[in-house]
Amino acid sequence: MAKNDLIGGSLWEQYSAKVSERINNPMHRGEISEAEAKALGARLVVADWGAEACGDAVRLYWAVDPKTDRILAAKFKSFGCGSAIASSDMMAELSMGKTVDQALKITNIEVERSLRDNAETPAIPPQKMHCSVMAYDVIKKAASIYKGVDMSSLAEEDIVCECARVGLRTIKDVIRINDLKTVEEITQYTKAGAFCKSCLRPGGHEKRKYYLVDILRDTRIAMEQEKLFAQADADDFAAKNLIQKHRAIEKALGEKIRPALAADGGSLEVVDIREAEGKVNIYIRYLGACKGCVSSTKGTLQFIENMLHQELAENIRVIPV
Amino acid sequence: MNKIYLDNNATTIVDPRVKEAMEPFFCQQYGNPNSLHSFGTETHPAMRLAMDRLYAGIGAGDEDDIIINSCACEGNNHVLKGVYFDLIRNGPKSEIVTTQVEHPCVLNCCAFLESLGAKVKYMPVNADGIVDGDTLRQYIHPDRTALVSIMWANNETGLVFPVQELAKICRENGVLFHTDAVQAIGKIAVDVGRVPVDFLTFSAHKFHGPKGIGGLFIRKGLKLTPLLHGGEQMGGKRAGTVNVPYLIGMGLAMEMAVGNLAYEDSSVRRLRDRLEDTILAIPDTMVVGKRELRTPNTILASFRGIEGEAMIWDLNANGVAASTGSACASESLEPNPTFVAMGISDDLAHTSIRFSLSRFSTAEEIDQAAEVIRQSAQRLRAISSTYKNDK
Repeated sequence: MAKNDLIGGSLWEQYSAKVSERINNPMHRGEISEAEAKALGARLVVADWGAEACGDAVRLYWAVDPKTDRILAAKFKSFGCGSAIASSDMMAELSMGKTVDQALKITNIEVERSLRDNAETPAIPPQKMHCSVMAYDVIKKAASIYKGVDMSSLAEEDIVCECARVGLRTIKDVIRINDLKTVEEITQYTKAGAFCKSCLRPGGHEKRKYYLVDILRDTRIAMEQEKLFAQADADDFAAKNLIQKHRAIEKALGEKIRPALAADGGSLEVVDIREAEGKVNIYIRYLGACKGCVSSTKGTLQFIENMLHQELAENIRVIPV
Repeated sequence: MNKIYLDNNATTIVDPRVKEAMEPFFCQQYGNPNSLHSFGTETHPAMRLAMDRLYAGIGAGDEDDIIINSCACEGNNHVLKGVYFDLIRNGPKSEIVTTQVEHPCVLNCCAFLESLGAKVKYMPVNADGIVDGDTLRQYIHPDRTALVSIMWANNETGLVFPVQELAKICRENGVLFHTDAVQAIGKIAVDVGRVPVDFLTFSAHKFHGPKGIGGLFIRKGLKLTPLLHGGEQMGGKRAGTVNVPYLIGMGLAMEMAVGNLAYEDSSVRRLRDRLEDTILAIPDTMVVGKRELRTPNTILASFRGIEGEAMIWDLNANGVAASTGSACASESLEPNPTFVAMGISDDLAHTSIRFSLSRFSTAEEIDQAAEVIRQSAQRLRAISSTYKNDK
């Protein structure tokens, strides 16, 4: 891409012929009046989305047959750039003939694909993809008006990247499954953040509820925690970190060894644990009757070591100090 | 279709006489001016003439420097980075003062210097859309401020900043003053003999010269660390073989631009005003900035209910080339600081279209463009979801 990116001003050259045609002559621009809807035996739905201050606003008119929920006619008006006009025009076209529920399934991705001249070449450049998102949002708005429900109840899931329609769960899953460590990797795997880049981090094109940098950080923290818990709970002594090993050793000592020593009036404490050359060296100090006992360097020591081998791992060596 | 070019603040047509003057220096007198042989030295008379024209054009004295470089963007980088090295990194000062409405080449360069530890203060414009002396006085500090960088005229609005007063304030406070005069030269009088600037930058292609060549004025006696290190060209202040044909073109372009200032101020202004009047006759339109405060060639108009990029698409389809500051495809939707300072509604932030004329604009073109603009506004408002047509 580098060679093609070095000359600027190619935004419009990346529009498909279909996009250009629809900017110049939108087929479904205009309004539907109450009278026109009535003549069709339909209910008029008028939905507004966006704002001038944000650079994009669209109004969608639907004439919906109340018996079948079918959209009999659709028109739009737009305050928006060329790609917003073309996307709104295609969105209106795609919604016609569908039921309201079917129309709700139209996404900006489908709108963009329908505007392509051929299957492989995108209809609009990446930084314009967010202009097509309005087309999706206004459908949701119209459907919520028709159904008399809150718009948020129609949301299937939390969308992080509107341009590529990638949800929060997908992004978290991809980070976990592929052990992703950078935002760039998330974009490579999911396309999230590849278009208007608003969802990458705060301070971009528009404000977002979720940002990839935050999702990545939080997911990595959660993954790290889970790993620690898993290690702590695991039976595999070798996989534990030093603190977890210490706990496991104390547990084995407390359950299996100290009671036996106590029967003879003795005890022990752990002074240090050092890992070296594939061995776990446990330095202990005898207490009570064990201190100075002849067996403490022979039989008792053997007993302690054997018990720890049995309970924890073969590579444990117990060293009295 | 007869195409009409009204984007002269972006770039201009090369004057055919400029092209003609450059011609012999491609295939005939093509020597390197630093060579000792005749191929090199035979370029010198024309180069000297070009330098004379540049010095005369901005009123520079023989002891001043005009470094020939690639463009004003390079010159602006040279000044900002050079002063940073000389007075901040290797000197006692800490701050650079500029404005919120500078060209990206100044703003992005400042952001880079901030990343290196420099403190940069961005002055707002006032309700007229310009930076005034009172604001500058609040921002500069004789001990801390190394450099003040303020454009002579704004590229978007055409508003002319009071550089004489601003430069004087800096001089009084012992602070260096730089002005990006890229939108001023050829439109209004620029005279460094009268205005005490320390550094001034310009690009030839904004005044009917070729693209890829510009100049940096440095007041006599001032030190400025080079941006490009290398050979001894430009007295060691800017390495790289001088683009001889383009320098010769820029010299002639400067002479003609300055010679045409009276025409610019009368005829171009009259055409601009004529276009502006027809735009303002369209309902719900406005033009940013008072006429008398603007360069004679620029109109930043706002058409309520029409998104900027959709408008320039439509104008382009009908043969009129203009530009928009609408941020639809940009990385940020931050509101334009000029609009905010001037109290212009957020609803108009994405509706602005810039028309910029030149001495090559004709009355027929302006009348034809006015008609295209009128029809385009009508058509786009008919499909606008926010424009109330019943008003």
